[in-house]
Amino acid sequence: MIKSLLAAAALTTAMAASALAADMGPAIVFDIGGKFDKSFNESMFNGAEKFKKETGKSYAEFEIANEAQREQAIRNFADKGYSPIIAAGFAQAEAVTKVAKDYPDLKFAIIDMVVEPKNTESIVFKEHEGSYLVGVLAALASKTGKVGFVGGMDIPLIHKFACGYVQGVKATKKDGTVFQNMTGDTGAAWNDPVKGGEITKGQIAKGADVVYAAAGATGIGVLQAAADAGKLSIGVDANQNYLHPGKVLTSMVKHVDVAVYNIMKNGNDKFEPGIHALGLAEGGVDYAMDDNNKSLVTDDMKKAVEAAKADIIAGKTKIHDYMEDNKCPVE
Amino acid sequence: MQRGELPTWVDVGLIPLINLTIAFIVAGLVVLIIGENPFQAIWILLSTPLSSLSGWFNIIYYATNFIFTGLCVAVAFHAGLFNIGGEGQAYIGGLGAATPGLLIGGVLASALPFWVSQPITLLLCLIASFAIGALWGWFPGYLQAKRGSHIVITTIMLNYITSSVMVYMINMVFRPVGKMAVESRAIDDAYIMNAREIGRVIGLKLPASPLNPGLFVALAAAWGVWYLLWRTKLGYEIRAVGANMDASIYAGINPSRIIMITMAISGGLAGLMAFHEVLGAQHRLVLEYVQGAGFVGIAVALMGRSHPLGIVLAALLFGLLYQGGTELSFANQNINRDMVVVIQGLVILFMGALEQTFRPYLAAVFAKVE
Repeated sequence: MIKSLLAAAALTTAMAASALAADMGPAIVFDIGGKFDKSFNESMFNGAEKFKKETGKSYAEFEIANEAQREQAIRNFADKGYSPIIAAGFAQAEAVTKVAKDYPDLKFAIIDMVVEPKNTESIVFKEHEGSYLVGVLAALASKTGKVGFVGGMDIPLIHKFACGYVQGVKATKKDGTVFQNMTGDTGAAWNDPVKGGEITKGQIAKGADVVYAAAGATGIGVLQAAADAGKLSIGVDANQNYLHPGKVLTSMVKHVDVAVYNIMKNGNDKFEPGIHALGLAEGGVDYAMDDNNKSLVTDDMKKAVEAAKADIIAGKTKIHDYMEDNKCPVE
Repeated sequence: MQRGELPTWVDVGLIPLINLTIAFIVAGLVVLIIGENPFQAIWILLSTPLSSLSGWFNIIYYATNFIFTGLCVAVAFHAGLFNIGGEGQAYIGGLGAATPGLLIGGVLASALPFWVSQPITLLLCLIASFAIGALWGWFPGYLQAKRGSHIVITTIMLNYITSSVMVYMINMVFRPVGKMAVESRAIDDAYIMNAREIGRVIGLKLPASPLNPGLFVALAAAWGVWYLLWRTKLGYEIRAVGANMDASIYAGINPSRIIMITMAISGGLAGLMAFHEVLGAQHRLVLEYVQGAGFVGIAVALMGRSHPLGIVLAALLFGLLYQGGTELSFANQNINRDMVVVIQGLVILFMGALEQTFRPYLAAVFAKVE
């Protein structure tokens, strides 16, 4: 029995070694939210689909259903020789680190987190910079001087969004008020449009007339509630201006899709290991302008936000990053 | 044999087999609807995990969690209590599993050689995870015994409270400053090596998997539950309360006391799952690591007929389903994880909720045969 088990183990190792020779193309491991979350994971999915459409090459994918599957999924792709293997979200960091060390010849990438091994690329975004800009726009668009923020799950990343947003609002209107609410404490908070809508109604009742949603699919309810009440909202991650034309002030876009597309397109040959922090300067985050919100953003507002953007890119304005000390200088 | 009763082999063998077969037939239909080959899908689901060593390791790893939660539900069943809070009790147990490792582990490690400090820390973690789970089980037990609040309601409500408490604790207390992921730092001072790492030490090359010696804790717990229920006075009292509470009062048993003790033991067993998962597989306290194991425990307990041996076997079957589901999503890109959840859900439905559906028919058949 023991002998046959050992033989099986040896066989698996041998198979893994032979698979390395074949180039299987890229693979992507989505996080628990799933690839159709209308937000982060879906943005990655769109980037991968764009790669598939443009190059005609295929990619492999896996959606995580429980904690144990993280390492298993990445290892499974590595066993079969896929490279680069892209992992979605900060929660995959441990798994990527472990597997990347076991497969030094393959390439790994992780979005929204930094990992150590030499054969990995870490992509992080400066969400506080993009949120600052939409904060500036919110303060300028608000007539009451009161604006809202609806977060998804109560985690540091969302405080990072909130903190950038508040800084933008306060820099524009010193006496402006920001109402902040988180939707919940569990993963379900990313997918609860009804509760998102209720929170938004509450904020509007207190006088807010622009509400920024950083809450995944919950944000759909935030945008809906604001549009129903005739107020403005701000979308997140993807450009959500089209959801309620003329009622969504702008969206804080995070170009996860572009990052995934570039990693897949660069492939193994042009793989760029190391940390890449994508902010305004790198085009990783931005505020969205299109036909749907043209009438909402006046020339003066545009001028102000472009000036703020230029100052950040030039390094004249420094936006505080909540993640550095778990604190925000303004409330 | 009385009317309506069945031979043991039918009860523990044939009925589960029939339920499982029907679950797979219905699941096969669902696979057919999305345009895939059901035979191939079920073949992959059942055979792939069994054909590699890493598959076996993963099955046993999943099964270990299900043994803990299955035992949790079973112990309560014997006292006539339906504890559906295993999910929350296993989750909160994580505080017990992590805290000694993070707080005292470092102190012990600097004072003692690691082969002394590690076992002591691990023992403290083991006790603490049981204790915190037990507290979380005792509380609804107390409400049931003293206040008449129904245990089904209170345990499921505590699951939500647990979620909030854990997010708060991990986010605000355990998470190191500046760390993006909502998790504690690595618990290196109470580290249960997994099978592969142990293999390295003794010179065996084993595949990577989260399988770890926590398995032996689960088996010991299974034996302990058997001993408690059928070899001790307390176990007799638990079963007496479950069988007939009025008769047990007449026999001089205090049901309130038994309900609270049973729920504490039940919660403690769920808490031990945290010991296995947090220290053996994740090596840090993360969010929502239970991932439904508490609810799977209900199906495991039902299928295992609330007997520890049955629970171990049923847990292995569910481990196979979990690992098979993962393999299925790897092998067939059209069958995504939601499909896998549907297949697993159908098995749980037929094994758990509809478990007794075919019993009357079988009883009628056997009554005729006699």
